[in-house]
Amino acid sequence: MLKKYNINNQIILLTGILIIIPFFFQNDFYFEIAILSILNALICIGLNLLMGYAGQVSLGHGAFAGLGAYIAVVLSSNYGLTPLLSIFIAVVIMGIFAFIVSKPILKLKGHYLAMATLGIGIIINIVLEVEDEFTGGVDGMSVDSFVVFGYEFSESISWYILCASLLVFTIWAFDNLIKSPFGRLLRSIHDSEKAAKSVGIDVSYFKSIVFVISVVIATVAGSLYAFFSGFISPQEASFTHSIELVVMVVLGGLGRVYGAVFGAVILTVLPQLLNSFEDYETLIFGSIIILVMIFMPKGIVSLFDKVVKKESNHASN
Amino acid sequence: MLKRFTLRVLALLLISSFAVLNAKDTIKIGALVATTGSASFLGDPELKTLQHYVTKINAQGGVNGQKIELIHYDTAANPKKAVTFTKRLINQDKVVAIIGPSTTGETMAIIKFVEKAGIPLMSMSAGVSIIDPIKKYVFKVAATDRMACMKIMQDLNRRNLTNLALISGNGGFGKSMRKECKAIAPNFGIKIVADETYGKKDSDMTAQLLKIKNNKDVQVVLNPGFGQGPAIVTKNYAQLKIKYPFYQSHGVASKKFIQIAGAAAESVRVVSPPVIVANKLDDSIANKKVALAYKNEYEKTFNSDVSSFGGHAYDAIYIIVDAIKRAGSTEPSKIRDAIQNTKNFEGVDGIVNLSETDHLGLNTKTGMIMLEIKNGDWTIVK
Repeated sequence: MLKKYNINNQIILLTGILIIIPFFFQNDFYFEIAILSILNALICIGLNLLMGYAGQVSLGHGAFAGLGAYIAVVLSSNYGLTPLLSIFIAVVIMGIFAFIVSKPILKLKGHYLAMATLGIGIIINIVLEVEDEFTGGVDGMSVDSFVVFGYEFSESISWYILCASLLVFTIWAFDNLIKSPFGRLLRSIHDSEKAAKSVGIDVSYFKSIVFVISVVIATVAGSLYAFFSGFISPQEASFTHSIELVVMVVLGGLGRVYGAVFGAVILTVLPQLLNSFEDYETLIFGSIIILVMIFMPKGIVSLFDKVVKKESNHASN
Repeated sequence: MLKRFTLRVLALLLISSFAVLNAKDTIKIGALVATTGSASFLGDPELKTLQHYVTKINAQGGVNGQKIELIHYDTAANPKKAVTFTKRLINQDKVVAIIGPSTTGETMAIIKFVEKAGIPLMSMSAGVSIIDPIKKYVFKVAATDRMACMKIMQDLNRRNLTNLALISGNGGFGKSMRKECKAIAPNFGIKIVADETYGKKDSDMTAQLLKIKNNKDVQVVLNPGFGQGPAIVTKNYAQLKIKYPFYQSHGVASKKFIQIAGAAAESVRVVSPPVIVANKLDDSIANKKVALAYKNEYEKTFNSDVSSFGGHAYDAIYIIVDAIKRAGSTEPSKIRDAIQNTKNFEGVDGIVNLSETDHLGLNTKTGMIMLEIKNGDWTIVK
C-alpha cells in the first residue's frame, strides 16, 4: 500500500519541517515570508514539470499566474462569488485557455517557444493594465477576504496551514506523477522528441497536458496569493515575475521536485536577508546567483545529492 | 539520512533566524521608497532627504532625548514588495510610524495593513484616493492631483481657453489625474474635447498627438503623467509643430524634465509645488523660508537640482517628529492623534493644517503654482 502511493521519506521529512518551523517564527512577518515562499514553490513545481521534465521553456508563467489570480479576484470581488468557487472557475478557464494556447505554441521549439510564451505574457500584462474597469488598471485592486464555508482566513497561521498542506499534497501528487508511466513518457519527450514520436507517443498532446497542469497550479497559487495579501496589481503578471520564476526553477535544480522548492524558498528569503547590505543588495544577490550557477550547475538541490551519495558510499563500504 | 536531516534543519534554522536584533533605545521610523525601478526618480530624492534630515535631527539631540532610527526598504514601485516590507516594518522592526510609499498604487496596497496594525502612515504619493475617504491612520503630504487640476483650470479660465484635450499616461499618476481633471472640468466651464492615453513604456506618442492636432475643437492640451512619458510627448508635440498652448502636470516638476525635453520644453506650462522655484517666490508666501532652506540645503548636500518629491519626504519626517514631540510618547496611536492635530506646520509643500476631516491639510491656493519654461528655466506665471 505504502509502496503503491509512494509516501516516501522525503515527504515525511518535508511535512515534519513544515510543522516544526512555525515554532521558530517570532512574528507575522516570518509567516508572510514562509507563505510567499510556499506559494512561489507551488508555481515553480508546475513550471518545473514543464521545463525540467517536458523540456518546454515558458517565459510567461508569471503572467499566467497573474491572469488566473485576476479572474478569481474579479469573480469574487466584483461578482460576489465565493472565493473557492471563483478559484475553481479561474482554474477551469485558465485550463481551457492553456490548452488552446498550447496547441500552436508548443509546436515551436527552443528560443521560438520562449519568445511565444514571452509574447503571450506581455499581452496578458497589457490587457490587465488597460482594462481598468475590471482590473483597477496599473494601480491594481483590493481583494475581499478569503472565506471558505463561513471560516475566514484572517490569521497568518491559518494561511500557513492551508498553503503548507497544499505544498505537501502537490509534491506528493507530483512525485507519483513522475514515477508513473506518464512521468517516464515526459522524460522521453525531454530527452528526444523524435525518439518518443517514433515509438508512437502523441508528443504534442502530452506537452499540452503538462502545460495545462502547470498553468492550473500557477492559477491556484496566484489566486491564493491575491487573497492572502488582499491586493493584486498587474505587476503580478509582469515579465520580471515570469523571469523570477524561471530563475527559481533553474537555480533550485531543473527537473527535480525539491529543486523548485529550494529555488523558490531561497529566492524569496534571500532578498530579505540581504537587506542590511543596502546599496550593495542587488550586487550581492546577483553574485550569489552567478556563483551558484557556476559551481552547482545542476542547482542547489544537487548539494544534497552529494551528502546522500557520501552516506550511501559509507553504507556500502 | 540523519546527516541530511540535520543539514536541512540547520539550513532552515538559518533562514528563520535572520532577526536583526536591535536593542538600542531609539525611535524607529520606517520608510518605503522606490529607489530602484520605474519610480526611482521619486524614491531617490525622497530617501536622500530622509537620511539627511534624520542625521541632522539626531545631531541636534534627537526627539525627546531619543535618537531616530530610519529603517528603509526599496519597494521598486512594486505593490507586492511594498506589502511584504510593510509587514516587515510593522512586525519585525516594530516601527512607530511609516513614511511612504512613493506611488499611489503601493500606498493603496498597504493601507489595509497599517490600519489593522494601527501604525500612522505618511504617504508621499499624489492620488487623492489615499485620503478620500479618510482612513484613521493614513495621512499624506503631497498635494493631490485634484489640486493640480484646479490650478490648471484656473489658468485656462484666465487665458479664456475652454476646449481641453487630454493625453494621459496610463500609470497610476496619469490615470488618477485624468479622472480628477475630467471630474472638475465642468465646474470651470472647461470641455474635454479629446481624451487620449499612452502606455508607460511607449516610446512614441505621435499617433495620439496627430489625432489631437487634427481635431479642430482643441484649444489647449494637458498631459497628466510622470516618468519619461511626458518628455516624449513634449518632444513629439514640438516635432509635429502643434500650436496649442501645452500644459504638463506636477509629475514633471523637476529640472530633469527640461534637460530631457530640451528645446521642445520651451513655453510649456507646468503646474508644480512651489519648492523647485523657492528662490523666486514672493516673500509674502508663508512657507518660503522653509522651502528655500530645503532647496539650498538639498542642492548643496547632494549637488543636484531639487525636485518636489524630496520636499514631500522633508514634510513627512518633520510632521512625524513634531507629532512625537507634542505627544511626548512613541505610542503609535498617540503619534497618530498628534499628527491629526498638526496646526500651522511650515512645510516645504506649504502650510499644513490637519484635522479629522482633512488628512492632507494643504491650502489649494498655496499648494500649487503655475510655471512656464523659458530659456531652459522656470518662470512663475503670475
